[in-house]
Formats: sequence, C-alpha cells, structure tokens
Amino acid sequence: MATTAPYTKPLPQMEPEAKPYWEHLRQHQMHIQKCQSCSKFFFPPKEFCPHCLSNEVAWTPVSGKGTVYSTVTMHRAYTPAYEGEIPYNISLVDLDEGVRVWTNVVGVPPSEVKCGMRVEVVYDDVTPEITLAKFRPA
Amino acid sequence: MSNLKGKTAIVGVGETALGKLAGRSTTSLHVEAIRNALEDAGLKPQDVDGLVTNQPIHDPMRSYAVQVAHAAGITPTYFTDLALGGATPASMAHHAAMAVDAGLAKVVVCVHARNQATKNTLPKRVEIRDGDEDFEEPYGLLGAVANHAFAASRHMYEYGTTSEQLGAIAVATRKHACLNANATMRKPITLEDHQNSRWIVEPLRLLDCSLVSDGGGAFIVTSAERARSMKNRPVYILGMGTHSPHASLAEAPSVTTLGGKVSSQLAYEMAGLGPKDMDFAEIYDCFTITTLITLEDYGFCPKGEGGRWVEGGRIELGGELPVNTHGGLLSQAHIEGMLHVTEAVKQLQGGKVEPERQVKDAKVGIVSGHGGALVTHATLILGNEIP
Repeated sequence: MATTAPYTKPLPQMEPEAKPYWEHLRQHQMHIQKCQSCSKFFFPPKEFCPHCLSNEVAWTPVSGKGTVYSTVTMHRAYTPAYEGEIPYNISLVDLDEGVRVWTNVVGVPPSEVKCGMRVEVVYDDVTPEITLAKFRPA
Repeated sequence: MSNLKGKTAIVGVGETALGKLAGRSTTSLHVEAIRNALEDAGLKPQDVDGLVTNQPIHDPMRSYAVQVAHAAGITPTYFTDLALGGATPASMAHHAAMAVDAGLAKVVVCVHARNQATKNTLPKRVEIRDGDEDFEEPYGLLGAVANHAFAASRHMYEYGTTSEQLGAIAVATRKHACLNANATMRKPITLEDHQNSRWIVEPLRLLDCSLVSDGGGAFIVTSAERARSMKNRPVYILGMGTHSPHASLAEAPSVTTLGGKVSSQLAYEMAGLGPKDMDFAEIYDCFTITTLITLEDYGFCPKGEGGRWVEGGRIELGGELPVNTHGGLLSQAHIEGMLHVTEAVKQLQGGKVEPERQVKDAKVGIVSGHGGALVTHATLILGNEIP
C-alpha cells in the first residue's frame, strides 16, 4: 500500500482575519482584501484597511500575475524539513493589483529567478487543508 | 518646539564579557552591564532613579524593567522596557533624554543584554513572535538572513552593487575587531576569504552575517549640567531620530531605502550638523548590506553609490569615515547595537579604547540602530562638545 510521507514543513496557524485567504487558495483561487471605502488592496490580511481604517473590506479576486520585486536563494535549512530542499528560491512578488506577497518561484532553477521577472500563480496543495500560492515564470 | 540638543549627556558606559556565556541568566548580564557602567561613571545604584531596558526576545518576562531595576538595587521613578529590535539601544537614549529633560528622573540607566547564543537552556522558555510568520514560514522563509538578503538582492538589481563591495565592509569591520580586546572574532580576513565563504541566503555569504552572542552593555544619561560635575568627560546627546517606514516587507515602499533616511534627517536637524561633520560612525551591521544602505540613507554618499564608496579603505580607521571602530555585530559581538552606543561614547570620552583604534581628535560621531525585518531605525548623534 502506498503511503505518503507526512508533510513536516511549517504551516500557517491562521489568524481569524486570514482564514478566507487560505480558504480561497484551497479552491485554487487567489483573493486579496480590497477596501470598499478607499478602493485599495492590502496584504497581509487585516480587519481594518490600513490606509483609511474602514472595516468595509471585501475579499476580491486578483489576476494572479505579478513581477518579482526581490528574490533570494536559501542555502541553509533552518529546520530539518528543508534539508532536502536547499538550495530553494524565496521571492517577494508584487501583484499587478498593488500588493506584495511572499512566495517560492518554481519551475526554474533558483539561479534563473531574477528581480523584474514576470510571474503567475500556481497552486500547490501541500496538505488536504492547505494550499500555497507559488509562482512560475509567465 | 523644544530642542533637546546638548541638554543631556552620557556619563558612563559598561560592557560585559561577550560570546558564549553558558550558565549565565539574561538578567545577570543586565546587572553586570549596569554595575560596570556605574563604576565607569563613579555612581552607586542609589544615585539612579530611571531605568530603560530591552525586552529580551528569547527570554521575555513581564515588566522586565522592574525585574532588572530591583536586581540592580535601583528603585526607579521612570522605567520602561523597549522592543524596537536592533534600534532599541539608540532609542533608549531618546527615552532617557526625554525623561531627564521632563524631570521624571535625574539619572537614567539604559541597559541591553541577551543570551541568544545559549538561549533556550530552560525548558519553559518562549520566544516573541514576529507577526508575519504565517505568510513567510510556509515558503521556507526562516531566520533573519533572508529578509536582509532581499534588500541585498534588490540593491544589486537597482544599482549594480556587488558581493565584493559588501565584502569590503566585512574586511574593514574585522580589522577593527582585531584591535579590540573584547571582540569575539580577532583573526584577520581578506576579501578572498569573504568571497570563498559559503552562501547562507544568496546573495549573502557567511561573512556578510553577524555573530550570535551572549552579553550586555549599559550607558547612563543625566542632565548636561549634572554631567559636568561627574567623573568622565560628558558625551552630549546632540541629535536624535527614529523612523519606521513599514511593519512588514510586504508593505515596504522600498527595501533599498529604509528608516535611516528620515531618522538621520531628524537627528541632523536637531544637532544642526550634517554627515560631513561626523568624525566616525557606528552603523548597525546585522548584515553588511544593512551598513551599506544606512551609509547611503545617512547621506555619506548618494543612494546607490554605497558599494563603490565603501571600497578602498574609506571606512577603515585612518580612512575618511571610520565605521564600526569596535568590530560591530559582524566581528565583535551581537548585542543588538548596544555596543555601537557604548563604543561611540568611549571614542568621545577619550582614553577608553586601545590607542590603535582611537579615532584621532574625535568630537562628533553618529550611531545607528536597525531592527526586525528592516522595520525600525533609530539615530543618535553624540559629541564631547556642544557645537
């Protein structure tokens, strides 16, 4: 019988205000909060818009497209779960809607990920409950 | 608006042993630092009525300032603990100066200690969390190096900065540590050593990263008037600034211009001085890139030119602007910038450091602190005269 190795990398503990973010990702949709008062997107998730303090905020679908703002290659595993992964990429991606997310750019070797690169979201179902938004070159 | 320039002064500093101090509690390091600072100032615990301490993130305790004060024989009328990461020690001087100027205390001890190298030796220890971990850790973003590597990567992209240029900072800092008897790393390094050191988080190498240390430091602030009748040459607080441009890298307007820009402008304005007036600079160096960005933000060179500017010995003792004359976090020890403050004071007191690393005729120096995921910054301008 085939067994799957347990997933041992860190998972989000999910603050209440962030739950919809993860629930949408699980449906393979990327939603970001948009203030209904000042029309700005913001991230990480919050109950109140950090620009105008309105609590009229709505989870809003985004394009899943963006540009690498900065990118690094991890050569050290800070937990045993990453020992088999190094070197791996971590990037900050500016979504076209004007917010920035932490992510891994996948599908290319870490050395090929560059600042300014256009990328698009891919969904990685790491556990039955958690899906991570990763990105690949667009 | 009142201007605090020259109204208060630092009258004594203390440092503890540094490195791996297994078996020492965090609080004992605070008390040792305080004892040494009191001795330097010629004061007793009973002379002190104010205390500002860090909240040690690896050993947090409720009302930490109260714990430390009473462990050091101080019954304070002004006390608080601060949590600005590596901007905490410089910011402590601001709080102390304000408290003294406002009449809330006459003599304030500022103390910062940690036992990060031998942390978690007790089973019940907890750590203070950062806030963004739910969005960072699932992607394998762990440790402080990656956040600063983002700054280095972007600086290289925007301005063509190179790893060798970051190496010039590591080499200069190590040179200074070799002259400091209380430094952890006292073996010289070359640019080649830097380039051969392994990647930790590319584009940062092992020798771009600071040490992990146990230890502590303290300084004592009082009014300028009171300071003039004390044992040491007063070191006046001439300028102060703090700035936080964002709480998270996701929200940072830039990772190549940080809080140091606004913070230094405020400090220069208060002091009526500019970068050209500085005889030396003690610049927070959790990573080489932090120092490079801060030197730019402080106006020592235009934005983007830091890489070329730090090359060729300009930031070494004897150069145009000696930087981190004690060996910094990179090579002396990592006490979150407290030793940048105590070193600046010692340079200005005169006769307190090894003669080979005394900045000649030092009158004014600038100190920076920087904390968290590039989220806090504090600046302090100190002088042994009031210009």
